[in-house]
Amino acid sequence: MTQEKKSSFFPSHRLILLLTLALFWWINSNYSNPLLLSLGAASIMLVLYIAQKMDVIDHESHPISLSVNMATYLLWLSKEVVLSNISVVKHIWLGNSSISPTLATIDTRQCTDINKVIYANSITLTPGTVAIDLIDDQLTVHALHKDDIDTLKTGDMDRRVRELEN
Amino acid sequence: MLAAATIAILVVMLLAIIRCIVGPTLYDRILAFNMFGTKSILLISVLGFLMGRPEFLDIALVYALINFISVIGVLRYSDSAEFKVAPYKPHSTKEGEE
Amino acid sequence: MNLVIEIISGLSLLIGCFLCLSGGVGMLRFPDFYTRMHAVSVTDTLGACLVLFGLMLQSPNGLVLIKLILILLCTLFINPSASHALAKAALRNGLLPLEGKPDNQGGNKPSKL
Repeated sequence: MTQEKKSSFFPSHRLILLLTLALFWWINSNYSNPLLLSLGAASIMLVLYIAQKMDVIDHESHPISLSVNMATYLLWLSKEVVLSNISVVKHIWLGNSSISPTLATIDTRQCTDINKVIYANSITLTPGTVAIDLIDDQLTVHALHKDDIDTLKTGDMDRRVRELEN
Repeated sequence: MLAAATIAILVVMLLAIIRCIVGPTLYDRILAFNMFGTKSILLISVLGFLMGRPEFLDIALVYALINFISVIGVLRYSDSAEFKVAPYKPHSTKEGEE
Repeated sequence: MNLVIEIISGLSLLIGCFLCLSGGVGMLRFPDFYTRMHAVSVTDTLGACLVLFGLMLQSPNGLVLIKLILILLCTLFINPSASHALAKAALRNGLLPLEGKPDNQGGNKPSKL
């Protein structure tokens, strides 16, 4: 349909999607009789057709280019998740007097859409902070404690997500 | 250990049901429902190991997807009038009714 | 070696269940919707991670391990999206946080209240 615009990189993304779907089918079924395999092929074709019709196959559906710094970022993120889990559990058992819920707006300096999504999802994944709204460069964040907002405002996570870009 | 984990997860599901009944807003109920779904995924996985039938994991995977789709499907109607919450007053209980 | 794996698995199951219980208690104790959301995210991230990790150590073959990893990945990717959608719908429909001060709300927040 929009083949002429995207013909340069369209087939390879479609091929990656096909391989991913085939791997997913094989992991989940792990049978190799002909009936099930043909059913799998048919459903993969159906998904590919729908995805092409929705025009969602592009470079954002397979962000493999980000994977260079992704491992170190994921390690750092899991450390942050563990630390903030401990802090939230401490607040739960200490009771309502120890929390100070805050709604604040923080700036982000991410350029691309996918980095903004990674940043907002990282904020939401970390317990104690939830990203509520994202308009242009402004994130609305609700935090369980005022210190969490201050930690976000220092921009450490922002800088680390921006380093994923290259 | 697995039996203890099953009991703990069942207790958490009970707490989620209590919050789902108590309310007070509609969003609390949706949140409790979401948590109930997540805990049922864990419960099915642990039960599969407890009974020695790891095929239960497929059901848990399907539950994970259904849970997400049902939450998004409910929120699809968040423009309708039932979802509007009265402006916040410290002790208003009016928004409790669904 | 087998005993060590057994002990680590039991320990992570235990800590995971404790985190889930804490999240459930926080769900009942916290004062308003947005703070309860933080309590739920505790059970969704580290609680589910540790319980599934404890199960992974006991998995009898590789396929079960891969399926457990798939469930974990689904949980970790889906739950932030769901809670973000829920929080956004709640804020847009006028459910204000408990201690959101009016000067914090009005000026710099470009939302559609």
